[in-house]
Amino acid sequence: MFFSFFAELREAKVPVSLREYLTLMEAMQRRIAAFDIEEFYFLARASLVKDERYIDRFDRVFGHCFKGIETLADPKAELPEAWLKKLAERFLTEEEKQLIEALGGWEKLMESLRQRMTEQKARHQGGSKWIGTAGTSPFGAYGYNPEGIRIGQEEGRNRSAVKVWDRREFRNLDDTVELGTRNIKLALRRLRQFAREGAAEELDLDGTIKSTAHNAGWLDLKLVPERHNTVKLLLFVDVGGSMEDHVRVCEELFSAARSEFKHLVHFYFHNCIYESVWRDSRRRQTEQTPVMELIRTYDASWRAVLVGDASMSPYEIEKEGGSVERWNDEPGETWLRRLLDTYPKAVWLNPVPQKYWTGTASIGMIRQIIEDRMFPLTLDGLDRAMRRLTR
Amino acid sequence: MQRFDGTDTYVATPDLQVAVNAAIALERPLLVKGEPGTGKTILAHEISRCLQKPLLTWHIKSTSKAQQGLYEYDAVSRLRDGQLGDERVYDIANYIVPGKLWEAFEAAEAPVLLIDEIDKADIEFPNDLLLELDRMEFYVYETRRTISARHRPIVVITSNNEKELPDAFLRRCFFHYIRFPDRETMQRIIDVHFPELKHELLHESLTIFYDIREVPGLKKKPSTSELLDWIKLLLVEDISPDVLRTRDPAKLIPPLHGALLKNEQDVHLFERLAFLHRRERG
Repeated sequence: MFFSFFAELREAKVPVSLREYLTLMEAMQRRIAAFDIEEFYFLARASLVKDERYIDRFDRVFGHCFKGIETLADPKAELPEAWLKKLAERFLTEEEKQLIEALGGWEKLMESLRQRMTEQKARHQGGSKWIGTAGTSPFGAYGYNPEGIRIGQEEGRNRSAVKVWDRREFRNLDDTVELGTRNIKLALRRLRQFAREGAAEELDLDGTIKSTAHNAGWLDLKLVPERHNTVKLLLFVDVGGSMEDHVRVCEELFSAARSEFKHLVHFYFHNCIYESVWRDSRRRQTEQTPVMELIRTYDASWRAVLVGDASMSPYEIEKEGGSVERWNDEPGETWLRRLLDTYPKAVWLNPVPQKYWTGTASIGMIRQIIEDRMFPLTLDGLDRAMRRLTR
Repeated sequence: MQRFDGTDTYVATPDLQVAVNAAIALERPLLVKGEPGTGKTILAHEISRCLQKPLLTWHIKSTSKAQQGLYEYDAVSRLRDGQLGDERVYDIANYIVPGKLWEAFEAAEAPVLLIDEIDKADIEFPNDLLLELDRMEFYVYETRRTISARHRPIVVITSNNEKELPDAFLRRCFFHYIRFPDRETMQRIIDVHFPELKHELLHESLTIFYDIREVPGLKKKPSTSELLDWIKLLLVEDISPDVLRTRDPAKLIPPLHGALLKNEQDVHLFERLAFLHRRERG
């Protein structure tokens, strides 16, 4: 039984190894958690999961594997249903109660309520959980103000309404969901590459000892330059139009990148790269940087990161004059290829969720041009993109 | 076996207790992560207090090397002694300076060893400690001696997630993520620190605190340690709960906000919100 749990964890892509499984077995043998499913859950989590990103997946598998196993005689687990029932009795009319019966009775309703709670997003925030909004909650249908039903910490006794793992409070730490500045910084750090450059001002102890020994014991100081992050990054960010929806995440990426890299130069573009880009959106009409100049200024040791939803009309990529803003003599594809030829280390980050990529023709075209180096703008995608860039 | 179940100054949630006790029983390191200010470092102090064991702390910096935790060979002072013709120079053991891990291994009773902020160090740092933490022994090349632990210390490692830790290292640890405390736990934490606090003030300050955390776009959300500081300030300044309760939009920024908002952008954000609020009403 435990082994199938282990196997399911691996299937759910929680990186557990045999070693961790054996640790758990050893801990069980020592009776660290015995006769209590909740303690067992905590123990299993502490020994099998090693990164908070996976806790949500772990919770799901745990809920699935050990469904129906409860601590014996825990009357609290029964409370919420009775409590809700009581509430409903107070607020529902006879007619409405009959409606519930028609829908399959309380058990059915509770089951769907539970389902809804597992589906619901962001309900863990700040520790309070509101069930549904009007219209989606079964309670809404019966004229009951759904905000009134609260299953949360404020009334302590209702806490056990949802089992710990069913609460899935680590949901926002899963790496396939959106990210914050801090997380982005972490992912960007993959790109760090230290090298010693510049003036020698740090004492090289090993070198000093070696050369002193060579010097028959007379002290000979050696200095080395300090270590710096030498990665140079060109960041191209799509602004305006359909990117409005993604402004926040782009802002976060931008501010994280700004503080992470010493050598970071950013440019803005709209939809696709054409003959010029700009550095300041307020002065974009007057101060444009020609892409040719850019290519001459920054050599191939720079890496390019393009951020955009790549959602546009195919004409904007493949036809001259296709740009929505001005007449372009050469199609966007030509300019994009020119850029990629100069900067072989380049990736495209797309804030549009990956599952919708196939639905937009232009995304497919850009992906082809960029040779499938397009990654979703999630923590996981960013991570993969950075790995790709360091290769 | 000794068990850890929180102390009179530290509220340990059941999941944290299980993780700590598992780490103690199986003599494996415990890796603790969590938002800054949720009591990761304090945990080791409290374990040592609860189990009445000595505490050794090793604070990691970006320049820390794993070797420094084991021992250091003080070549420069030997060199100097050699040039001065000191007698000590003939015994290399005189220049071996034990590190924190060595101290922990040689201690008369098993201590609690805190390796604080392991993610600050170089990426290879955890890898260099694998064997030492696993087998609790290491070899001193200069004196050809193996140092092994007389009693396996209780090792607590904290990380702020600035770097990912290698898998091989993670596999050897128990892991616990300290979640941000919910209101109820927070109330217990405050009770522990300020047993005299009036219920009203507690209620109002907690409400404001969680409201602030909910404000979208905050750069740095205030955490437990900031809340405790703030309450301390409120007590010192003797601010009455009524002041906190006023929902006067002109005073949207809570009194003594400096303890909660550590970033001028966040203060600006609040001022802007207050302004918008006023305009809406006026």
